Amino acid sequence: MLEATGLKEIIKPENLTYRRSEVLVDNTLSYCPGCGHGTTHRILAELIEELGLQSQTIGISPVGCSVLLYHYLDVDIQQAAHGRAPALATAIKRLLPDKFVFTYQGDGDLAAIGTAETIHACNRGENILIIFVNNGIYGMTGGQMAPTTLIGMKSSTSPRGRDVKTMGNPLKMTDIVATLPGTYYVTRQSVHTPANVRKTKKAMRKAIEYQKLNKGTCFVEIVSNCPSGWRMTPVESNKWMEANMIPFYPLGDLKTPAE
Amino acid sequence: MERELRLMKGNEAIAEAAIRAGVDGYFGYPITPQSEILEYLMEANPAETTGMIVLQAESEIAAINMVYGGAGCGKKVMTSSSSPGISLKQEGISYIAGAELPCLIVNVVRGGPGLGTIQPAQSDYFQSVKGGGHGDYHLIVLAPASVQEMADFVELSFDLAFKYRNPVLILSDGAIGQMMEKVYLKPQKPRATEFPDWATTGKSASRERNIITSLDLDPEGQEEFNHKLQAKYAEISKNEVRFEEFQCEDAEYLFVAYGTSARVCQKSVQIAREQGITAGLLRPVTLFPFPSVRINELAGKIKGILSVEMSSGQMVEDVLLAVNGKVQVKHFGRMGGIVTTPEEVVEKLKSFFIGG
Repeated sequence: MLEATGLKEIIKPENLTYRRSEVLVDNTLSYCPGCGHGTTHRILAELIEELGLQSQTIGISPVGCSVLLYHYLDVDIQQAAHGRAPALATAIKRLLPDKFVFTYQGDGDLAAIGTAETIHACNRGENILIIFVNNGIYGMTGGQMAPTTLIGMKSSTSPRGRDVKTMGNPLKMTDIVATLPGTYYVTRQSVHTPANVRKTKKAMRKAIEYQKLNKGTCFVEIVSNCPSGWRMTPVESNKWMEANMIPFYPLGDLKTPAE
Repeated sequence: MERELRLMKGNEAIAEAAIRAGVDGYFGYPITPQSEILEYLMEANPAETTGMIVLQAESEIAAINMVYGGAGCGKKVMTSSSSPGISLKQEGISYIAGAELPCLIVNVVRGGPGLGTIQPAQSDYFQSVKGGGHGDYHLIVLAPASVQEMADFVELSFDLAFKYRNPVLILSDGAIGQMMEKVYLKPQKPRATEFPDWATTGKSASRERNIITSLDLDPEGQEEFNHKLQAKYAEISKNEVRFEEFQCEDAEYLFVAYGTSARVCQKSVQIAREQGITAGLLRPVTLFPFPSVRINELAGKIKGILSVEMSSGQMVEDVLLAVNGKVQVKHFGRMGGIVTTPEEVVEKLKSFFIGG
């Protein structure tokens, strides 16, 4: 069969351009089809592998869709209470200053219940990487309104759309932490197109490498989609994200190190 | 090396003992009557000597989660607070118990409920020994009755915490935290350089990744884990009961009291005996595990037990369970930050059991 189709000529090590990262565990992801978490995990795994950090990494998973991060990344991981990942990371990095320490958090975790831990870790300039996946909704609990839910956006707890008068405005945590002297590199990216995946990987690589400099907190927001929570197909959700999320949460660096 | 003698507050003794026990990290938040622990450590600046990290967190919640992170790395880490702050820590303590992490939590208890008072009380007994946060779990609870024990129990706590992979609570109160006594300090121990094999210290090529979590979505798995925890608590109950007896040999009446109340009752024993009432005192040193077996033994030989606690009567429930109907048990204690006097205790003993 292989010979008949000529595939044997193609399947050779030198032709290999895409493979599973060695830092990704061969487990089936629990994420919904089309969700940005899988791509973000992959970027992180590839960078840990490429930078040779597997034995140096301690990650912290949140409460939310990515709670089971430790099923997918083959590094040491601690699972934190809801919102408290930056507090764990603070202690881990202080006690093991030579390790690469990151948190991986959603918008409910980081921007609602964990607001204090996020702001204070950034304000102390903890030498950690915070990865903030913002899809504007509580995914795991079934699509409730998040602090980052857009004005007018429907969710199971804002069924008539987010009403600013009674529910407040969406919170731009990334903009807030960029104002703090403790942060070193703050950027907002997305993973919904191949071009954006490449940009995110470049940004995340910088953020990981900066940790070696001991210059403060690196903060990478990834604006993402939630097809299930948004009640859309994956393609629709990406289009909706481009039309609605990204104008409100514009992509790009918010704070870059002074060269 | 000679032990060093100093005059110290209970809170200072805990802080100094932590440095000397080779603790890796302390994470705290100010609250009366225990702020001296954080202040002492900041002044001592052990980062310069032993390398111990001392950090003032943004909240008690952050502090206990820092403890979770540090403990997950196999480090000797601790926090301290007083009652309202300990309430805030309960979620984190439950996670620590669920992830089976060793650590030390110090509660220098003040009167409650709510913001209550800053004066000493013993009204956090239930919270300390029955779990405190959500889920079926226990802390190992040590109740110091002197500044010396505040110091000594730090090292003991870490020994027990690491032996059982379980959080340990030192249940003190505002009186013991604030009072000054002489204390013998042990020589400086080096900080550990080797860590347990379950700790997240970076996955080496020779081992699987380490995961610190309290999550198991599979109910069968979660039940099995709960059975494992319960077996551990049974083992702790078998091995680690600690108590002290004071004139119990010929006692007709028994006081059961811990911490500050035990000191009060020691005087009450003396006063009672001067009045011809042969009283004795059993002082639980561990509140979990509780010295139930010994109390039950003594219950068969005496006429009555007075449980003395600066609360509305919390420990008395465990005394009643231990006695199991063998003898009459009563409770006495002042509340809201008032320390019971030895004379009051004797009067209560007489009115409950002897008449007049």
